[in-house]
Amino acid sequence: MKVDLNINGVERTVDVEPRTSLLDCLRGELALTGTRAGCEHGVCGACTILLDGEPVRSCLMFAVQADGYEITTIEGIAPAPGELSVVQDAFVEKHGMQCGYCTSGMVLAAHALLMRNANPTDEEIRDAISANLCRCTGYGQIVEAIRLAADNLAQSNVFPAERVR
Amino acid sequence: MTEQGFRYISKPRRVAEDRRFVVGRGRYAADIRRPGELAVALVPSQHPCARIVSIDASAALAMKGVRYVLTGEELAAATDPLMVGVDAPLVKRYPLAVGRTRYAGEWVAAVVAETRALAEDATEKVVVKYEPIEYVIDGEAAIAPDAPLVHPDHGSNIVLEKRFVWGEVDEDFAKAPHSLSYRVKWGRSSTVPIETFNLVAEWNPWQEILDVWASIQMPKYPDQIARALRIPYTSVRVHHDVDVGGSYGVKRGIKHTVLAGYLARTLGAPIRLIEDRLENMRAGDAHGPERLFDVEMAYDDDGRILSMRMRALDNVGAYIGRSPLQLGKPVGAIVGPYKIGSVAYHAMAVLSNKTPQEAVRGFGQSPTNYAIETGVEKVAEALGLDRLEVRRRNFVKKDEFPYLIPSGTSYDSGDYDAVADKVMAQIDWDALVAERDRLRGEGMLAGIGLSACLEPGGGNSAFEPLLNEKNLTTTWMESVRINVDALGGVTVAIHTTSSGQGHETLVSSCVGEVLEIDPDTIRVVRPDSLASLPSNSPVGSRMAIMMGGAAYRAAHKVKAKLIAVAAKNLDVAIDAVSYHDGNASAGGRTLSWMELVTICHRGYHKLPAGMDPGLEATDVMQVPGGERLPEQGRTQMYPCYSFEFHAILVVIDPALGKPDIRRYVIGHDCGTVINPHIVKGMTLGGIAHGIGASLFEEFAYDEEGQLLTQSFMDYLLPSSHEVPAVEIVHHVSPSPHTVFGQKGSGESGYLGSPAAISSAVNDAVRPLGIRFDALPIRISAIGDAVAEALEKTEGLQ
Amino acid sequence: MKPAPFEYVRPASLAEACELLAANGDARLIAGGQTLVPMLAMRLARPSMLIDIARLEELRGIRAEDGAIVVGAVTRQAVAERDPLVAREVPLLAKALPWVGHPPTRARGTVGGSIANADPSAEIALVAATLGAEVVVRTGADTETISATEFFIGPMITQVPPDGCVTAVRFPRRPAGRVGTGFGEISVRRSDFALVSAAAQVVLEADGRCAECFVAVGGAADIPLRLEGASALAGTRLADSDIAEAIADDIAGLDTMSDLHASGAYRRRVARTLAMRAVAEAREEASRVH
Repeated sequence: MKVDLNINGVERTVDVEPRTSLLDCLRGELALTGTRAGCEHGVCGACTILLDGEPVRSCLMFAVQADGYEITTIEGIAPAPGELSVVQDAFVEKHGMQCGYCTSGMVLAAHALLMRNANPTDEEIRDAISANLCRCTGYGQIVEAIRLAADNLAQSNVFPAERVR
Repeated sequence: MTEQGFRYISKPRRVAEDRRFVVGRGRYAADIRRPGELAVALVPSQHPCARIVSIDASAALAMKGVRYVLTGEELAAATDPLMVGVDAPLVKRYPLAVGRTRYAGEWVAAVVAETRALAEDATEKVVVKYEPIEYVIDGEAAIAPDAPLVHPDHGSNIVLEKRFVWGEVDEDFAKAPHSLSYRVKWGRSSTVPIETFNLVAEWNPWQEILDVWASIQMPKYPDQIARALRIPYTSVRVHHDVDVGGSYGVKRGIKHTVLAGYLARTLGAPIRLIEDRLENMRAGDAHGPERLFDVEMAYDDDGRILSMRMRALDNVGAYIGRSPLQLGKPVGAIVGPYKIGSVAYHAMAVLSNKTPQEAVRGFGQSPTNYAIETGVEKVAEALGLDRLEVRRRNFVKKDEFPYLIPSGTSYDSGDYDAVADKVMAQIDWDALVAERDRLRGEGMLAGIGLSACLEPGGGNSAFEPLLNEKNLTTTWMESVRINVDALGGVTVAIHTTSSGQGHETLVSSCVGEVLEIDPDTIRVVRPDSLASLPSNSPVGSRMAIMMGGAAYRAAHKVKAKLIAVAAKNLDVAIDAVSYHDGNASAGGRTLSWMELVTICHRGYHKLPAGMDPGLEATDVMQVPGGERLPEQGRTQMYPCYSFEFHAILVVIDPALGKPDIRRYVIGHDCGTVINPHIVKGMTLGGIAHGIGASLFEEFAYDEEGQLLTQSFMDYLLPSSHEVPAVEIVHHVSPSPHTVFGQKGSGESGYLGSPAAISSAVNDAVRPLGIRFDALPIRISAIGDAVAEALEKTEGLQ
Repeated sequence: MKPAPFEYVRPASLAEACELLAANGDARLIAGGQTLVPMLAMRLARPSMLIDIARLEELRGIRAEDGAIVVGAVTRQAVAERDPLVAREVPLLAKALPWVGHPPTRARGTVGGSIANADPSAEIALVAATLGAEVVVRTGADTETISATEFFIGPMITQVPPDGCVTAVRFPRRPAGRVGTGFGEISVRRSDFALVSAAAQVVLEADGRCAECFVAVGGAADIPLRLEGASALAGTRLADSDIAEAIADDIAGLDTMSDLHASGAYRRRVARTLAMRAVAEAREEASRVH
């Protein structure tokens, strides 16, 4: 079944079985392997992508359902080759990861949070990443990283919607 | 070398690996795609124990896109059994069940198809006829005389039983004015990484080589593949440049690899075995210890623990690899941080019809720490003494190191009192007690939890010969190679995979420190296993000590060569040369890094006589202290002993029973810290894992032998809501045995947090006269016990 | 963990969806898919056809209609959570929505989907039962309205026929006057399905007496269950003892289930506690309205 997808601003057409999850489509058909498979039943959040800016689980959608949305994957976050977004840079600065497996989803969840809430409390940060399980960090440095990203964005001289990049 | 004297060590420098992870460019096994690859799905056993009467794959094979159905019979005929870590040769283990299944979910057949979805479709068409056999689920039931045997050929369900008596235990008990006994149970949980075990295997029949990309963390992985597949070591090429999505011990998919390797050879196509979560949970063979402790402690009026008897019975499941050895490692810290004078230890590993275990963070130490800490609290309670004071009275003191414990291990260094002092100051002990009592006054159940424990670091094999006299292994090395190229660049090779430990940052920090060059300019690479030097992989909190140690030693070899070259060319004695920032000087003259490198690469005529050209160094390092086999049941286990002290406040609404961790402080001493970010992350992550093991996570089975918690809907990993903000206070007691004074930290936090949480919950419910002696402590269990106790109390009024 | 094969169709209208559903016996509707997809992935559900109604405009949106706030079935939970009309007119729903799953599942999960799924622990179903909301169901060309107090039959079982489609949920508008709501749940982890939950809405007279009190518990029985005894609270001052007495028989009559995560006794006891707390919270909230 053919479906047109808008991924990271690029139109792509794929031909998949209806049962192909958006996750498997991204990884398998489009070689966008930054989106990870963790549980494939909607709990762990490793497969998080942004759908019209909102974090959703790509394992709980079929690719054939995903036309007409703006899909953002981790590959669409860095501003340019070799560069990091403010959020990504803060994750590195605070070492908000270890094995890196949940990191794509965490960065996207943080990105989405800071797009709608420029100055989140720690509780709001914890709530925003509560759907993304991390087995390495105990979340402490991830919370610190998102707080640092918010601080850095607050000091940056750009328009709010553009700030996260 | 003081901490202040370091340039890069102990500095909060960025972790090099993180840059690829934040952009989604980590390269995990599942990201590897090979042309023509085929996918595997597994047929699970429906029964905890059954004879396999027949397997009919004809309908599956007739499906479009299905290439092969492999049975255990075929695989067993073509391969050798997987390695067993103890002396139990008749407990045979193959990747697929042979003749009978021994746990629910066990892989009975493997289906190979063009896509994973097609393979799953076909698994439903494989018809397996079973004849159910009697099974045993409980570990104690499994040692009853009439228990069904999991492996009848072995003749017993006991695969390991060792009795050690270190010191005059009976005499010490007889002399002691008091003793007490108790039972605690550590529930079956595991590390459950977010990435399942994944691998891609490809056989090249013209070169006769098996390429393997796997999410592996295992010592001697290529050796085990080669042995089981009956091919030379030189025909196995494991690619170490694969990121591993978490492991914490369990990513040891040897059965997966032998299965996929065999299929790759047989079918002539790359094989993709990507466990799904169900396969991973029920048959990834990666459950953790499930341990029943029966403990006696003898103590005096002051709360000094004189002696301890401990029986540890571990239900290891249906097959064994290295899992029973998890009863051996705790021998090296069997008295915890305490001066217990004598110990009797009775260790039993027992088979049952449950999923097999694998190594889990701490390799059995966290359960043992929980058992010891429970006893310390009971001693305090029995005497009406303060729990902290009793710990202090038993602590090994700062001036008593090296301290030899009864089981033959010498603790290297520490200052347990100082760490406890720092924690007490950070948490403001008096205020904490006041807060607990205020909460109690408001009708809440509130408890303070404490725990103190050790993290053995520098993993070696000492427990193997200790538990198995036929095993004479003492070597447990790690290697690093440094090459300085003709342009002056430094490349360091390491020879294993990593699963989040930041090894690239570790070695570049150590090499940069010695050579006085910016670690960020150092490239770290991971040759494949055929190009690799010996490694025993990141187990047993060993890499800061071992890979860091080998990096340090290799860097010193490079430095020594640079100095020798400089001495020759400056025409001075070697000890007249000083080295700084990569340059070498003597008598006011300096040869720069590039000048020295150029001599090594291009100026043979300028090299000292007999010196080889080029600029590279290799170091293969043995674990410090790992020189001897055990003697009379005593051994030096790991070389280094990190210390941690936890203090926490837990509040429970008595009507609901849900523990809420309001405050969490940990004091941590792992000697010299190489990278503070990494150590902090390990500690916080370990605590989160411990919170899971003590409150949420369990592989629970029903009476029918079925695993109830097969998915993430029921096996509950803590989220950011469940893990509180944790405060860490540091102390540094350098190890005398390591190059920078570093110790291990890969298991920190996890080794003490379950004991601390149990302590806090039990302190909270103590006024009601109840306690919980099994982990995990479920909300409902607390709620029900509290309600029952309150009813009794009200009934008395 | 891949679903069995199915056909995927996206009808252009509700009528077409209903026709497809009627014509294909084992077809399933999909909207947000947050519960259905895991079941498909584990092959616990294996429909031959998925009929995607998520984009049907006629099933989307929130509007006031007579005495009700009508929430279209495929309105996403996240939309309802942020909706000012819901906040103003169905405060109990607004209070419960943040407890549904977590943000990414609410971003896709729908209000109608949760109702149709009929998990005994589901928050939206609990609110519907508490308030006596009406579920609008279309079967073929017929539309019927079923009270939420009768809609749920058992775990994952409702009055909706195999070829029926939930099209909307009509939540009663908040009554005039001194209204308060209460909601609470206990789950192992914050985002898990509730072991037990309770919701209440109270209307007070000017003198502080109870004019009307609805309270229901979730997770305790096999459906979200309104505690009808609470009707006896009218005229009382909603003292804790009044509440306890009013709901005692309902609580005693609960057929609670035991599982790995909670015993039946726990569920019964906590159902009582949470129900009392929910009413008390509602009472306190209402008493602050003047």
